[in-house]
Amino acid sequence: MLWSYRHSGTRKSWFNINTRELSEVVVIGSTASLKDEEEFTDILEERRRTTDLGYALRTFNPQPYKGAPYSSTSDLKKAVLESQYLRYIIALETGSSVEKVRQEARGILEEMSHNLQLGFIRLMAYTVNKVFKRLFRSIYVNMEGLNMLQQAIQESPVILMPNHRSYVDFLIVSFILFTYDIPIPVIAAGIPLASMKVVGEILRRSGAFFIRRAIGSDKLYWAVLSEYVRTIVRTGCAPLEFYVEGFRSRTLKSVVPKLGMMDMVLEPYFKGEVFDITLVPISISYDRVVEESLLALELLGVPKPKESTTGLFKASRVLQEDYGCMHVNFGRPLSVRQLCEGKINRSEYNLIPRDLPQRPSTEIQDCVNWVAHLIVRTQEEGSLISPWSLMACLLLQAPITTLTEEGLQWHGLTEKTLWLRKLVLDFRGRLNWPAHTPDSDVMSSTVALHHSIVHHKAGRVCLVQDGDPASQDPLSPEEGVMRTAAAVLMLVSYRNQALHVFVRPGILATAIHITKSTQKDELFSFFCFLRDVFANEFIFIPGRASQDFDEACSLLQKCGAVHMSEQEVTVLETGLEVLSFLQKLLQPFLDSYQLIFRYLCENGAHVFTEKQFLPAVQNLATKLILSGDLHTFEVLSSDTQKNVLSALRRLEAVTKLRVNNNILSIADPYFFGKYIAIDVLLMTEIMNKRAL
Amino acid sequence: MSGFSDNIMRLSGRMLSQYPAQRDWDGKLTRAPHPGIIPTCSIVTLSDNLPKQEIMKWNGWGYSDSKFLYNKKGQAEFTGKRYRLSGMIIPGLREWMESTFGANLQHKTPAAPILNSSAVQPPTLNEAFLKELKSTGIPFSHDAEDRVFRSHGHCLHEIFALREGKIGRVPDLVVWPNCHNDVVKIVELACKHNVCLMPYGGGTSVSSALECPPEETRSIVSLDTSQMNRILWIDEKNLTAHVEAGIVGQDLERLLNESGYCTGHEPDSMEFSSLGGWVATRASGMKKNIYGNIEDLVVHIKMVTPQGVIEKSCQGPRMSTGPDVHHFIMGSEGTLGVVTEVTMKIRPMPEYQKYGSVVFPNFEMGVACLREVARQRCAPASIRLMDNEQFKFGHALKPQVSSIFTSFLDGLKKFYITKFKGFDPNRLCVATLLFEGDREKVLQHEKQVYDIAAKFGGLAAGEDNGQRGYMLTFVIAYLRDLGMDYYVIGESFETSVPWDRVLDICRNVKARIVRECKDKGVQFPPLSTCRVTQTYDAGACVYFYFAFNYRGLSDPVHVYEQVEHAAREEILANGGSLSHHHGVGKLRKEWMRETISSVGMGMLKSVKDYVDPNNIFGNRNLL
Repeated sequence: MLWSYRHSGTRKSWFNINTRELSEVVVIGSTASLKDEEEFTDILEERRRTTDLGYALRTFNPQPYKGAPYSSTSDLKKAVLESQYLRYIIALETGSSVEKVRQEARGILEEMSHNLQLGFIRLMAYTVNKVFKRLFRSIYVNMEGLNMLQQAIQESPVILMPNHRSYVDFLIVSFILFTYDIPIPVIAAGIPLASMKVVGEILRRSGAFFIRRAIGSDKLYWAVLSEYVRTIVRTGCAPLEFYVEGFRSRTLKSVVPKLGMMDMVLEPYFKGEVFDITLVPISISYDRVVEESLLALELLGVPKPKESTTGLFKASRVLQEDYGCMHVNFGRPLSVRQLCEGKINRSEYNLIPRDLPQRPSTEIQDCVNWVAHLIVRTQEEGSLISPWSLMACLLLQAPITTLTEEGLQWHGLTEKTLWLRKLVLDFRGRLNWPAHTPDSDVMSSTVALHHSIVHHKAGRVCLVQDGDPASQDPLSPEEGVMRTAAAVLMLVSYRNQALHVFVRPGILATAIHITKSTQKDELFSFFCFLRDVFANEFIFIPGRASQDFDEACSLLQKCGAVHMSEQEVTVLETGLEVLSFLQKLLQPFLDSYQLIFRYLCENGAHVFTEKQFLPAVQNLATKLILSGDLHTFEVLSSDTQKNVLSALRRLEAVTKLRVNNNILSIADPYFFGKYIAIDVLLMTEIMNKRAL
Repeated sequence: MSGFSDNIMRLSGRMLSQYPAQRDWDGKLTRAPHPGIIPTCSIVTLSDNLPKQEIMKWNGWGYSDSKFLYNKKGQAEFTGKRYRLSGMIIPGLREWMESTFGANLQHKTPAAPILNSSAVQPPTLNEAFLKELKSTGIPFSHDAEDRVFRSHGHCLHEIFALREGKIGRVPDLVVWPNCHNDVVKIVELACKHNVCLMPYGGGTSVSSALECPPEETRSIVSLDTSQMNRILWIDEKNLTAHVEAGIVGQDLERLLNESGYCTGHEPDSMEFSSLGGWVATRASGMKKNIYGNIEDLVVHIKMVTPQGVIEKSCQGPRMSTGPDVHHFIMGSEGTLGVVTEVTMKIRPMPEYQKYGSVVFPNFEMGVACLREVARQRCAPASIRLMDNEQFKFGHALKPQVSSIFTSFLDGLKKFYITKFKGFDPNRLCVATLLFEGDREKVLQHEKQVYDIAAKFGGLAAGEDNGQRGYMLTFVIAYLRDLGMDYYVIGESFETSVPWDRVLDICRNVKARIVRECKDKGVQFPPLSTCRVTQTYDAGACVYFYFAFNYRGLSDPVHVYEQVEHAAREEILANGGSLSHHHGVGKLRKEWMRETISSVGMGMLKSVKDYVDPNNIFGNRNLL
């Protein structure tokens, strides 16, 4: 890594790279092993040995970005308010006096601004440390990634981009960086957090800055926010942390990235204000997610509790539970300069002063979108799949009555799980499977950890269904469906943690299953079609359809499922098990999408509001589940329903209108009129025709 | 063509024209009469039918007798008697070279000592052309040495190849017209016999403009303008001079000085570059803040083209007669014809000259100060800001101090700046200044500039530092030859950029160079440094220097070219121009279309097609 040379005994390093190495890295380096889990170090282990107070008061002396002059939070705010960009926007705001608008801008900035203070970092570290020690058995961190991050931070402004699966991970990165003497990030957070009493202020002083949810067309707000973010990146005064997925994933599945923040973060590079920006994807994986049951209920339409301090204390009962381990994987730092090379021409910013707002070209927008998707994909690749995720995949393929009534045979399940483990490894997934423990112990302890979802008794595994069995009134059939759905959706979210490994081969398996074709180009076009339809459901890097297809082919070939030739893909006898597993894995998505498509076609009304749409789909689905015509509960999830709508809007089958604050969606009757047959094959044809 | 070298050295705070040059018995100019004081310019003209190459290096920069070398004690020394640094020991240079590049005196890469004529391809001669040329009596030669000497400029790859004794396509014939009418005859003959003409002035091009296109199958004739070097008249009423275009910068200034005038046009290459070359490349002079760039200085141009002679009918100071045809000529880089005579503005010689320098705590403050100076439009004749690396470089070039007292003073200054004022020696940077004019006005002006500098944390750092700064720009061209003796290759390139981009472009281009070197397998971190050399109302000119140790690289020139290419891409991406004054030549052609748009290219092409439909001026520069 060092670019240095020896000359007459003196060592010279041009890059002023910090040569300090983390002691842990040295240890790991010497015992480097092939197993994934051994690259990770449990950072709680040391915490349990030393006092919390001593830890919180440790000397903290990080090496900052070499180009950053010291600047306080008030310097930052001043720079933002006095920027030419903001002055320009303020001058544009008509209707009230400039002074008034400036006041308003100042107010927005005050509401937004972080107020990072080392004292509060220590307080945060102290508290978080205590909580984490209670919640988790271990927090594993890959030291190599942390080491790369430490070097990267000195070279250029760094953007930390974790996935967001739980409230718990909000401060985990700061906690780790504090522990390892790396500059503390400022973190983009949703405004509801700020309004929590005391806690909001603690978060603000721990580096959080707060962004309103629905900014809409508030130009002044956008201007303040974007200038604030750009100034942080431009000066490199602190690493910036934000969730490119935009919010906490309720389904534990990656969310299609949001581009607003990504845009702001990358702009200083596009405009040449910094030489480079480093993006660090961070994957946080949980054995068990603290909010698991809340998430499922929320997806079924039970509103999420408002973030409040009292709510936080109430939630403290979760501290009594065991949540297993947490893995934090710091990905390889990515150079924005290298990512964008050949994709964009930065000279488009040459002709307008860079301080003025300028709508980026489609080339730039596409690049931002591509980078954002790439980051989420990298997060997926860096995340660890737990044995429980594999079991969830398999449990969901069992008939629902088996799960709720007699239970699934433990023996069969464990055997199949081991089979799946091999498949995941074949598919290059990163597995978090304890090494020195008998497989049977691993699986039974996994099931024990998830006692809130399944219970294992007398050689069988059953779904735990919430609710009060002593309740006076028996549940109505509809209520029964919802109750089962809540349990199933919990299972679904753990399955989702493993989905990214299977999606590409899964889509190919589905294509083979539906088209019954062996022709490569036919399969490829169907693969692309499915990839396109499900682009809101799974993360596909734009413009990489053929690479995705090739990847799917090579993985299926690798595990012996198919034989590939120049033109043909032939299914092998030995591969039926794999193909059927993969196809069944994706079946709930196909079923859900088809159901909603059908609803939209048969409904007759081509104009509807989202408020009508969601319950109506839920009703229809419940009926079909009860009648035995629908075998998935996933369509009941509001997440699925929203994804379908987004997909249809993207495919221009549905348009969104805004009438008096009601969001109306208009289904394109032409699109659906031709689509009635619910035959995916036919649908491709139609789509192709539409393209003509 | 202001090239790699920078300005000649000047004495500090002195009255000009104190030391008139004299002619010795065979008409050559000799040293000024005062022993111990060396005049501003070199002492030998390049005219008088003396083939240039006899006093100049054939494979390096400048005069044969002037070069850096390491003496037996391993100390750096500058030979010859022409420059103020000549004959001096430079104690800090060796350590600087060793620590900056990881160079080592044990690892030498000497140049081929003499030109091996057998390596030169025999000339492709157009006999009919030659026959008619003979009848005109214009001198010509197809001697290998004459041809090789005019086959290149001073790009790194050109000099590197010469040092290795590698000779590519060279002109087949060299002609020396003596006046405008000779040029008319040569161009007519070239058109008649379809011969390719390449005008040659001072040979200081750094854009591959003088490279013969390898695909050219016709006979290539190098038209050397060096014999057209007279001042034809001086018009004291209008303050203009009519000059033949082959005159070399230093001769023009010296001759005008004898009459009490100057043009004030001092590109860094003025020792060797010619008036015609300045016009053909849109040159810029160090003192443009007072005198203007070449486009501000010319009043009238005469150029011989295949379609005939182009010139304006009068010498009005400004005209509204459609697009200015001078602007087709300026920057045409020898693609349309030969500039033969130019009427230029002249000025009375300034009474007083004073150097100065300011130390800033960092480059950002320095740029902010230059910006403010430009805003107030009070830039001195020259103002240049060196970054920290260049400041250190300048420091390494300090000659041995003679007295303990001087070194004591130096130590004291250093202490004052770094310890007392708290400047970080690894961040501070220096602006060098040159004031010119009436004594009183100069002192007033000086105060104004130092007051502005003080607002940006600048401390006056003395005349001596200022002067050394200007010296640095001139010796660096000689230094490159020294570097090439020890595995170090380098080059400079320039751009112009709006004020708000200056800091960003400096940072990004320097960083890009470092990163590219690393990626391309350069073993040692390169020298990557810059300075702001000119200020304008709306922006500045930025110069980059870049050099690296190429030990361990199999094709260093290729690596060098890749890095320079990347650096230019970076410049363009950061809102910089393709060139401020070096021109495009063949080196930067690929970016012309994106620079001036397709329509712009079409305009230039159609001019070329009309003026020179048979591509007689076939150097293939620019388009």
